[in-house]
Amino acid sequence: MAHFEKATSVKDWLNQRLAIEKVEKVMASEYWIPKNINFLWAMGMVLMITFILLLVSGIFLLMYYQPNVATAFDSVNYTIMREVGFGWLWRHIHGVAASVVFLIIYIHMFTGIYYGSYKKGREMIWISGMLLFITFSAEAFSGYMLPWGQMSYWAGMVITNIFSLGGLHLDGLVEWIRGDYVPAQAFLNRFFMLHVLLLPLAILGLIGLHFAALRIPHVNNQDGEEIDFDAEAQKYLAGDKKGSKVMRFANDFMSKDMMVVGIYLIFFFYLVFYHYNFAMDPVNFDPADGLKTPAHIYPEWYFLWSYEILRPFSVNIGLIAFGFAQVIFVLLPFLDRSPNTVPANRRGAFGIWFWLLLVDMIVLTAMGKLPPEGAFSTIGLVAALAFIALWIALPFITAKEKKL
Amino acid sequence: MEKNGRRGFMGKAFGAVAAVGAVGSLVAMKKSWDPLPSVKAAGFTTLDMTAYTAGELVTEKWRGKPIFVLKKTPEMVAKQNEDDKARDIIVNGEHFMVAIGLCTHLGCIPAYYPDEEGFICACHGGQFDFAGMVTKVPPPRGLDIPPFRIDGNKLVLGEIGPEYENMKENGVTL
Ligand code: HEM
Ligand code: FES
Repeated sequence: MAHFEKATSVKDWLNQRLAIEKVEKVMASEYWIPKNINFLWAMGMVLMITFILLLVSGIFLLMYYQPNVATAFDSVNYTIMREVGFGWLWRHIHGVAASVVFLIIYIHMFTGIYYGSYKKGREMIWISGMLLFITFSAEAFSGYMLPWGQMSYWAGMVITNIFSLGGLHLDGLVEWIRGDYVPAQAFLNRFFMLHVLLLPLAILGLIGLHFAALRIPHVNNQDGEEIDFDAEAQKYLAGDKKGSKVMRFANDFMSKDMMVVGIYLIFFFYLVFYHYNFAMDPVNFDPADGLKTPAHIYPEWYFLWSYEILRPFSVNIGLIAFGFAQVIFVLLPFLDRSPNTVPANRRGAFGIWFWLLLVDMIVLTAMGKLPPEGAFSTIGLVAALAFIALWIALPFITAKEKKL
Repeated sequence: MEKNGRRGFMGKAFGAVAAVGAVGSLVAMKKSWDPLPSVKAAGFTTLDMTAYTAGELVTEKWRGKPIFVLKKTPEMVAKQNEDDKARDIIVNGEHFMVAIGLCTHLGCIPAYYPDEEGFICACHGGQFDFAGMVTKVPPPRGLDIPPFRIDGNKLVLGEIGPEYENMKENGVTL
């Protein structure tokens, strides 16, 4: 049996049983971060904080929300918003965070693409990150059903219909997902379950996987330099803190991280108190009505680009294009054939590709919000085709890239 | 370790038990998500076809879905093409368009514009004529026709009559 001695302090007592000192070292003070990074590397921490905000505000909403088609709308719009003390605060935090979290996710993703942080041992970081993106999308969609307003109902109708897979006519599958012919009680109840239990659990698990995937390759840096973390850590611990290329995660890097988080939180709560409206669609303040479609159905802004890829085509081609857009990002580490892990601006054609992709997705987002008519339809179609063409071109332009 | 030792056998035995359990639970989980019998039994809607005015669209409800009923005017009947005619439901000599009012693209409710005598779906810009035939993509086909049986002046939705069966066989509706 393991040998225990009389403890000299509470810390020592815990140390003998849980090795807290060792855990602290492995997780924080001797988890090494390169010095050559910028504020964009704080986005992961910003995401973590935003997730905690969602979790805490969600727990308070959960105490009054009623997952019933007859009472859901009022439980949110009357009970939570008007009766519960500070209920509006939880709802606005939850709504604003659900929207802003996607802005940060997109910045986090495009940072990764720009610096090549999905290559050379970092593939699993990228893949787990994309799985997080997919589960967050499902989480946001299921949450959007809960207030049971017009947009909840009709977004639920349109999105679940996608599972009939166009020409395959899998109407039985759609009815199985809904538990009814149309979104109704069974539908609301099961999406409530997904939103407050199953998907948050999956997200927590995936966050664990994402962090574990970071462990061995460590984070990338502004030059894509391959750092010998063991050697640099030795240097640091031997006292040459200046000469070492790395620093401790805590408290050194954390202090910078939290600085960015502080600025973010000021911006975040400014939105919560003064500009929450962007996260609350006015159409969703009408109760769900299965016999009346809103004049114009569009998803939340963060889904617009992929929605716009679905829209300009006939149903089957649209679905194929949409499916392509959903999975293609996951494959990025394998589609990029270049051996270089350096910022996009030093990679010639890839640099152009990066900016074209970013601009194209912004155009798709803008067109997705506008009614599908005239010139907007045409621009949307061109942008959707450009998106597909860019991804098809990627393996070819990166294969041509010279080794730096 | 020996391949055929005791541990190997225990491993396989557990694997067998686990496989049976896994299949069993998947079946249970699948069935738990099925629509409830009460939902499935959700009945039939009977429409009195003498109650409609020609040229005016009325929206009825069947299984939670909107049902478009449009009694066609003599001018409409006169200018129908072959596709439109195949979709006609004739009750007591009057011509009707009866269809599920959900766009065959992704299920929005198209709006009827009496002046243009057609439907426009606001979601992705699909269009249909007054007989429910698609005239502009993305919808892949005309509005679906619900199962129906003609009973004198009445139309029973949810029951299958010979006219409906005919339409299904000829691919007029799904
Ligand atoms: C993980 C990220 C999450 C995202 C992206 C998210 C997203 C959303 C969205 C978009 C809504 C509709 C907002 C509205 O109209 O007010 C919503 C509502 C809701 N969420 Fe979340 N949510 C998340 C996590 C959670 C968690 C962890 C819980 C609780 C355990 C929760 C509980 C609720 C409840 C009860 C509602 C309904 C009340 C309401 O509509 O204001 N959410 N969520
Ligand atoms: S749902 Fe009608 S055009 Fe897409």
